[in-house]
Amino acid sequence: MELLRFITCGSVDDGKSTLIGRLLYDSKTLLHDQVAALEQSSAKGGNGLNLALLTDGLRAEREQGITIDVAYKYFATPRRKFIIADTPGHVQYTRNMVTGASTADLAVLLVDAAQGVQEQTRRHAYLAGLLRIPHVVLAVNKMDAVDWSQDVYQRIRDEFLALTRASGFSDVHAIPVSALLGDNVVELSTRTPYYDGPPLLRYLEDLEVDRPSAPERGRLPVQLVLRPSDPALQDYRAYAGQVTSGAFRPGDAVVVLPSNIHTTIAGIDRYGEPVTEAFAPMSVAIRLRDDVDVGRGEVIASAKRPLRVGQELRARLCWMAEKPLVPRARLLLRHATAASPAIVTAIESVVDIHSFTDQPAPAQLALNEIGKVRIKTARTLAFDTYAEERATGAFVLVDEASNGTVAAGLIIAEEPAT
Amino acid sequence: MSLLSHLDRLEAEAIFILRETAAQFERPVLMFSGGKDSIILAHLAAKAFRPALSPFPYLHIDTGHNFPETLAFRDRFTAQMGAKLIVRLVEDSIRLGRAAEEKGKFPSRNRQQAVTLVDAIAELKLDACIGGGRRDEEKARAKERIFSVRDEFGGWRPRLQRPELWNLLNGRIHVGENVRVFPLSNWTELDVWQYIRAERLPLPELYFAHQRACIVRDGLLFPISPFVRIDPEDDVRRTQVRFRTVGDMTCTAAFPSDVRDVDGIIDELRASPVTERGSRLDDQRSEAAMEDRKREGYF
Repeated sequence: MELLRFITCGSVDDGKSTLIGRLLYDSKTLLHDQVAALEQSSAKGGNGLNLALLTDGLRAEREQGITIDVAYKYFATPRRKFIIADTPGHVQYTRNMVTGASTADLAVLLVDAAQGVQEQTRRHAYLAGLLRIPHVVLAVNKMDAVDWSQDVYQRIRDEFLALTRASGFSDVHAIPVSALLGDNVVELSTRTPYYDGPPLLRYLEDLEVDRPSAPERGRLPVQLVLRPSDPALQDYRAYAGQVTSGAFRPGDAVVVLPSNIHTTIAGIDRYGEPVTEAFAPMSVAIRLRDDVDVGRGEVIASAKRPLRVGQELRARLCWMAEKPLVPRARLLLRHATAASPAIVTAIESVVDIHSFTDQPAPAQLALNEIGKVRIKTARTLAFDTYAEERATGAFVLVDEASNGTVAAGLIIAEEPAT
Repeated sequence: MSLLSHLDRLEAEAIFILRETAAQFERPVLMFSGGKDSIILAHLAAKAFRPALSPFPYLHIDTGHNFPETLAFRDRFTAQMGAKLIVRLVEDSIRLGRAAEEKGKFPSRNRQQAVTLVDAIAELKLDACIGGGRRDEEKARAKERIFSVRDEFGGWRPRLQRPELWNLLNGRIHVGENVRVFPLSNWTELDVWQYIRAERLPLPELYFAHQRACIVRDGLLFPISPFVRIDPEDDVRRTQVRFRTVGDMTCTAAFPSDVRDVDGIIDELRASPVTERGSRLDDQRSEAAMEDRKREGYF
């Protein structure tokens, strides 16, 4: 069975939690005690069965009727297992959408049919594009509130497509739905004859998402070195990690970066058993032919397509802390399995959230702002751009005083000098 | 090149997390209770470092209300795995006045368990405790991080949790703080049983059908034990049951079943009309029961 990870995003009243509740309810994932608990909770509010209560987990959220954090939900059909990251729609919680989006194969963006494309919709579309979520579903919700109007649906769809064409999405699919009544969620609706696609759940089941990356882009960030204490295995030495992209086979020429050691794969072990191939996202241990000194933080890469190596990065940064980022800030950078002290040497620009254009030379980056920065690291790193590889093109920044994760970074290429 | 199945992916992710835990922390332990989730954790921890040995000793917080079958299994399994087992007793916390015994018909030691755990963390200077918690279990767990930072009192403060992006796990903490690690975050109950079947893992016999004397109450069957008060009006029956989760004898309900193997459990689970936590009295006390216990240092 395959696995699909997706996020759901929308404004506060778009009915996002209701849509998730509907997917769980209609796909029979909900069980009697959950439905009973739901009926009990709904009775307190006095507005019939409230499917949104299924996802609003924390007491604070239930009391305030909001969603303050990413909540993960699981369901399965006979064809696929799904992991949903339910991300809140509030402006101040952009960091949560970025978090949910970082591991998603697909985004479901909700728009209230009566409200149309809102500023929040544009922001979610922008973030989905920035994080390169490969597939986007536009769910035009509350179609019941606009009398199932074809005009309303098509106007919203066209406006959204124009928007996403600008931000360079490859795959967008629009569906008119009513999460409240269930139309086009699990069962196809008879009230939207102008829509000729599948209902949402069928679309999620059928979409081809799990394409393997090109084998020659093999990358394995080393987590630790396996050296058994058993005297019979005293010569055994293997580099444990998860393949983040591409594939490796015994005999492959590889380069260990950033130390730039060229060698060959002697063997690959998966949980102690030799295998003939390792591909993403397998966790394995690689043995190298030469007796080389490799440690945590280095990346074993296919020699055909090595990573970039350096101490200077250019990146898009999403700032996630209350205290703003100012130029010359010192932080700890975590990239793959490496960590290095780092200085943000310059904040080149900040994204205007109304026009989505880069405004040059801001004094700082505030909470939930996104900007282009330059970073210098104390240690040499081996990296890709985010456009090339998500796992080896991304990093986080950690505040060394609080130890909190304060920024998400996407490595971008140098622009040619003009 | 083929694709990985969902179980292979979950396994690869859990092993990545266990290796990160070994690399980022000085004194990690694996929380072992003898229940199915901790058995999987222990199995994954052994696989993750092969042919080297797993660096994690097991820690069991023994409430004193465990099923004797679970304790026997714990000792047998630990010996088989060649692991080091550390046991800390809730009984000791109560005797020292650190925790107070609950009164009533089904006195629970669920809250007291958190006291013993937080004390053990301080005593053993643990910086990471690996647990079998899954996000599908309960609403407050659905928001749990893979590396969940706790303050010196073991407290979980939802608003202070770190964002977890891509596969970058930030395990940096201050002295006195510790991290609860959840490698099975993305597993569901069905995944757990499918994995147990695929890997042929041993289990305590409590998970399979057996004869047992139980009190029938609110449609649930509670096992008779020295810790439960039996009243004259109680409906006590000897019947064939099994357990879906293995917790304390005072708060884990049994249900009628004739299932004797893992295949049967999977079929039963697919047809079951209630969730796993539906058989746990500890979660049914209030709507926010789990959220409140987590704030106090519970897993």
